Amino acid sequence: MQTSRRQFFGLAAGAAALIGAQTAPARAEKVKTKARIVILGAGAAGTALANRLDERLDGAEVTLIDGRKEHLYQPGFTLIASGLKPAGYSVTRTTDWLPASATLIPEYAAEIDPVGKKVTTAGGATVDYDYLIVALGIKLDWDAIEGFSLDLVGKDGIGAVYAGADYAAKTWAAMDRFTDEGGEGLFYRPATEMKCAGAPLKYTFITDDCARKKDTRGKVNITYAAHSKSFFGVPIVNEKVRMLFEDRGFETTFDHVLKAIDPGRKLATFSTPEGEKELPYDFTNVIPPQVAPDVIRNSDLPWQDGNWASQGWVEVDKGNLRHVRYPEIFALGDIAGVPKGKTAASVKWQVPVVEDHLIAAIEGKEGTAVYNGYTSCPLITRIGRAMLIEFDYNNNLTPSFPGIVAPLEELWISWLMKEVALKATYNAMLRGKA
Amino acid sequence: MQQLTLETLIAVFEEIFGAALFWTMVAVAAIITVLYVYVLIRDRSVSWRKFLWAQLSMPFGAVAAVLFVQKMTNSSLNDIGGPIDVFVLLGVAVAGAIGLAILVYTAESLIWPKREEEF
Repeated sequence: MQTSRRQFFGLAAGAAALIGAQTAPARAEKVKTKARIVILGAGAAGTALANRLDERLDGAEVTLIDGRKEHLYQPGFTLIASGLKPAGYSVTRTTDWLPASATLIPEYAAEIDPVGKKVTTAGGATVDYDYLIVALGIKLDWDAIEGFSLDLVGKDGIGAVYAGADYAAKTWAAMDRFTDEGGEGLFYRPATEMKCAGAPLKYTFITDDCARKKDTRGKVNITYAAHSKSFFGVPIVNEKVRMLFEDRGFETTFDHVLKAIDPGRKLATFSTPEGEKELPYDFTNVIPPQVAPDVIRNSDLPWQDGNWASQGWVEVDKGNLRHVRYPEIFALGDIAGVPKGKTAASVKWQVPVVEDHLIAAIEGKEGTAVYNGYTSCPLITRIGRAMLIEFDYNNNLTPSFPGIVAPLEELWISWLMKEVALKATYNAMLRGKA
Repeated sequence: MQQLTLETLIAVFEEIFGAALFWTMVAVAAIITVLYVYVLIRDRSVSWRKFLWAQLSMPFGAVAAVLFVQKMTNSSLNDIGGPIDVFVLLGVAVAGAIGLAILVYTAESLIWPKREEEF
């Protein structure tokens, strides 16, 4: 009895020590500086970096510029559009997440002068900076789809998961009706760079699953019109998606880029190498071209030639995310002109890299951290299963749990990660903790 | 995931069950554990008769835990897709079984302290 009691207390003490060690990681001493750091955008990337800088710097003047009052947990949109979560699931306030040491200017940026090192806000205020972090995210170019407007979402079989939390909820209402009544389900993605390229595929799978669970799959036809010659940019993943699409009985077509929709006739027009083609729909998830926000496209920051120039992504080194022509400027998140990485998971890996190079620059040193293009996509293949796909710039799979969670298998544990663990991890990232 | 801290883990569980339900469950589990340790110290021995009942309750605890987790995560047994899923499922079942066994043992000990033990 005595032995076991001693063992018990020994174990308890060990556990306490372990927990103590985990909750109080050793922190490097703060770097003293008077640097003026301006962060454009208080979304996932801007907020996470502000919290990291709060822990690393002493005396810095950190200013965030963002006119949006709501913080959007965008990975939740798919779950809202699946009827599993209410619209409020993805919406908090921008100010909920910011450190007390940072100042938020609740206005949109209107002009960036990288030579004079200043930003002008929509309200006309001028903010000077020593270092500028561009984390403005992406602009969804809805106007580029002729015949479409956001008022149509939720009616006549039109969905738009990307448009926001409320629109995702309206999309669910339309998809719910569609899977009751049956008809043509039409899915696709834009030809531009886009955030979370897996999301269009997920929603196709989820619509299929919803019809199967309602036992209406027999009267539902699903077509996926790929924008290029593949479904997904990473070849090994593309091949798996092709197999799953075949297994689920989807019709597929390639080189189709959405140009217009006609809500009255329920027809979608695509640009293809053979000219324009019309495809019918009773339900469709409209995803528009995605480009950099106007303030960036009107500045000198984007790439100077190629596709990325017309889309406006910021010209940064893909390893350290530092501007190629203006070394005091960094880009983080969706806006960065790098080959991959327009997801929250990428942000999580990018933030420590920018933090390292920024603080090194403040100290007059060179940073060493490198971003390898890591992106993660829990590709839902039905409600209850997903594939935890992680990859880098070189299209290599980079599984977090090799040998345990297989990346190309449809697994329950990967679903659990998407549905329950992801938001908690995301929130920890926002607070600079993960 | 880059690093998994206790803080993140707690946040994950709050996300699964909702903060109110999660902390209620933690509180209930803590109270039961304290009471269990209390009856063990008080009785200075394990009562095998009570332990038998506790063991008989284990399958019910296992099934209940699995159903509860599936309900909270919009999933079902059909979603088990690979070996790791089976391990997770077994882990949930074992946790439920042990949890209910401790609950039953503690409840018995509190309601019928020091009953005739010998078979």
